[in-house]
Amino acid sequence: MKQVILTVTDNRPLTKDVFLMRLTGDMSAVTAPGQFVNLKLDGLFLRRPISVCDVQDDTLTLIYKVVGKGTAQMAALRPGETLNVLTGLGNGYDADIPANDVVLLGGGVGVPPLYLLCKTLLGQGKHVHVILGFNTKDELFFENEFRMLGADVTVTTVDGSYGVRGFVTDALPDRYDYFYSCGPEPMLRAVYRATNTSGQFSFEERMGCGFGACMGCSCKTVTGYKRICKDGPVLKKEEILWDA
Amino acid sequence: MGRLSVNLCGVGLDNPVIPASGTFGYGYEFAEYYDINCLGTFSFKGTTLHPRFGNPTPRIAECTAGMINAVGLQNPGVDKVIAEELPKLAQCFHKPVMANVSGFSVEEYAETCAKLDKEPQVGWLEVNVSCPNVHGGGMSFGVDPDAAASVVRAVKAVTTKPVIVKLSPNVTDIVSIAKACEAAGADGLSLINTLLGMRIDLKTRRPVIANTMGGFSGPAVFPVAVRMVYQVAHAVRIPVVGMGGVSTAEDVLELMLAGAAAVEVGTANLIDPFASKNIVDALPAVMDRYGIERLSDIIKGVK
Repeated sequence: MKQVILTVTDNRPLTKDVFLMRLTGDMSAVTAPGQFVNLKLDGLFLRRPISVCDVQDDTLTLIYKVVGKGTAQMAALRPGETLNVLTGLGNGYDADIPANDVVLLGGGVGVPPLYLLCKTLLGQGKHVHVILGFNTKDELFFENEFRMLGADVTVTTVDGSYGVRGFVTDALPDRYDYFYSCGPEPMLRAVYRATNTSGQFSFEERMGCGFGACMGCSCKTVTGYKRICKDGPVLKKEEILWDA
Repeated sequence: MGRLSVNLCGVGLDNPVIPASGTFGYGYEFAEYYDINCLGTFSFKGTTLHPRFGNPTPRIAECTAGMINAVGLQNPGVDKVIAEELPKLAQCFHKPVMANVSGFSVEEYAETCAKLDKEPQVGWLEVNVSCPNVHGGGMSFGVDPDAAASVVRAVKAVTTKPVIVKLSPNVTDIVSIAKACEAAGADGLSLINTLLGMRIDLKTRRPVIANTMGGFSGPAVFPVAVRMVYQVAHAVRIPVVGMGGVSTAEDVLELMLAGAAAVEVGTANLIDPFASKNIVDALPAVMDRYGIERLSDIIKGVK
């Protein structure tokens, strides 16, 4: 973890309420795809945790959905403005796995952290099939970005307005040896049930500090209590204990 | 002795800045970010006799200038703290640590403190009396002078280390609780613990926190802390550790003027992991600005 000052270089809508922000500064603490950063915003007490979509040299890409005060304030930031950010938080995805045919399943704003992961896996020469799930066509983003990386991409929409009608689990290929997922908890539960290999899940929880100090985001796992912010947000399939 | 040094129940502190329990883990996590030996000491995560997972999530709610938490004393239990957490701390912290203890019966407090009494790393026992008394209808020990005093007597009987009682502000008359603890043998008092608070989500109409209510902390509570430290410090002869929303060196001076012999920094650590270190670093210049030569000179210096 590092506390750094980052400068906004780009901040624009991808859909009606999903935005892409780019920031530059010291990215040395970001060590794995699936980690997150924690942004301090003026006038709001708690920091806002946002998953890392991409890091290239000193440029960080975040994709976030405007859902409340904090994200609305983020959407109003202009290039040149600076933010106090804790970087390199969370364990991130473990991309060092003995598999060659990998599926990434992302739902809504669970899609962004899969981007850097996809790049990493493709860089290892793996075959990557990305399944992006949205409610409807208007919510779609990053389909082309994943294609340009060289991944096979399938889009699902719940209402059938684009791609495969249904959920990400409806588009699972017949054959794969590993999977990674990120999305709302009902989606993660469905992925857990529908998959037949090992894999990794990225979870979301309301956080206090974001770096393991406050115990605000604890969960129970097969291997004991874990903090989503520090020991997660990524958990392996074998260690997950779902709440009843 | 440096100009920042103070004395807390007979144990010297290089400076009065003490990260508060529940905001600093067992210390070694923060040692990844800076050398925590720059602190006066710190109060480790509230420890109970048995391991606890704590409350369901969400455990955190944001407020104006503060937050509510309902973590529920998640901790690995005193045996594991002694076997695993303290040895890890010894690698990176070379000063006496404050051991924060919670319990749900008088016996539990005593048993936990008796175990920690044998640990040379522990300099003080900070006894949190804000927990519910399971044998007393669930009412907090800290809201009743007799219940609080019974905890103090039981703990004092099993330890020779200084016992600091951490008081709840959720009482009608904190001075009466403070005096009862002093009369029962407490070596010091620390205050304030969090204020009971609640938030409701307008969309779902449900409490934001799974536990419905939780402890409100952060800069918003600082004036309450100043008032209560002032009241208590002027009513007892034992040292008072002030806390509640402290986030700057100026806040430290203000609480010391109100009567604090040392100052705990809590929620600020969760927003800025370097907050406690930054306060220590800022103190000399801020003291200069107010013409303070030695910090110990200003304790209870309010006119």
